[in-house]
Amino acid sequence: MKKFDLELAVGVFVLAGIVCLAYLSVKLAKMEIIGGDRYEVYAIFSDIGGLKEGSSVVIAGVEVGRVKSITIEDYEAKVVLSLSTDVILQEDSIATIKTRGLIGEKYLSITPGGSEEIIKPGGQIRETSPPVDYEDLISKYIFGEV
Amino acid sequence: MDFIRNLGASTINYVSGMGNMALFLIKTLIYGFTPPLKVINLLKQIRFIGTQSIFLIALIGAFTGMVLSLQGYYTLNKVGSVAFLGPMVALSIIKELGPVLAGLMVTARAGSAITAEIGIMRISNQIDAIEMMGLNPFRYLVVPVFFAGIISLPLLTQIFDLIGIFGGYLVGVKMLGVGSGTYLGEIPNYLDMNDVLEGLYKSISFGVIISWVSCYKGYYTGTSGYGAEGVSKATTQSVVLSSAMILIWDYFMTALLF
Repeated sequence: MKKFDLELAVGVFVLAGIVCLAYLSVKLAKMEIIGGDRYEVYAIFSDIGGLKEGSSVVIAGVEVGRVKSITIEDYEAKVVLSLSTDVILQEDSIATIKTRGLIGEKYLSITPGGSEEIIKPGGQIRETSPPVDYEDLISKYIFGEV
Repeated sequence: MDFIRNLGASTINYVSGMGNMALFLIKTLIYGFTPPLKVINLLKQIRFIGTQSIFLIALIGAFTGMVLSLQGYYTLNKVGSVAFLGPMVALSIIKELGPVLAGLMVTARAGSAITAEIGIMRISNQIDAIEMMGLNPFRYLVVPVFFAGIISLPLLTQIFDLIGIFGGYLVGVKMLGVGSGTYLGEIPNYLDMNDVLEGLYKSISFGVIISWVSCYKGYYTGTSGYGAEGVSKATTQSVVLSSAMILIWDYFMTALLF
């Protein structure tokens, strides 16, 4: 009985610690345990302006995936997105890099298109637009070139 | 002449002390990774370092999160970005305060007790008795504490982190009126798996530091004074040295690794 109590005490402690770790990593740090039901598409941008690996991909403000990798190809940025399989993208969908608030982090927003054709896994989102350069915009405003 | 001699003597003392400590760690590792491992002793130490510290860790964690939230709100309110309260509390607790404060609390609660226990065994010749029986005091006393530290500290830190974040939630949302969805929902946007791992690595290294220093100081009780005085000195030294090493090592770990 004595030994049983000891094991119980240790077990409860270890379990509590692991539950906390799991909550922190999965819920708060968005660790992906199940990677099966996802597919990848890519998009070419002339400028990604601070988008990072792991940034979120949203449609209508709802998160549907994440940026998997960013590489450079022919002096342009190739962004690979990992999306959940229940998201279907039309051929003429538009990928835009946006900013959360004025000083917030960058994310990628997809505007659905109206085409019948859909983008297959490994395909490319052809329509892209780089992030709005606020500095550029402000200087234009100040120096009156708008 | 005397002055120079004293200087030489204390330098030799210091260097040989450090060497002794390193040898102690190597010996612990050698005995630790060769069987047999005293599982019952290990479980007892995990219960002592881990389970029995949960309440203290929860209390400190909750109040750390609460005060961070209060102070953070005050500062962020000035620049009009109260929405970042959640990420601020979560990041500072997970990356920095969780591992360090949990480490310091475990040092104060368990580290001192371990030094005193092993120290008293030393001065009452119980360690010699263990050796006389042909048993290895490292396997019985030091290795269980060592592994218990490495196992318990990361787990305690995770408990601390989570309770801290919810302590911050309590003050930020219920008291100061930040939106509940804003506080919790903004955290995933700024928290990466790497941040959680950083806290985890830190707490594992603090576990090594605490068990290493407190066992070492206890094992060599009597080198700085005899009897009860020796134990009290060893305990003080162990707490001071562990706490200082935790804070110094924390800086270098943050600077070098991340």
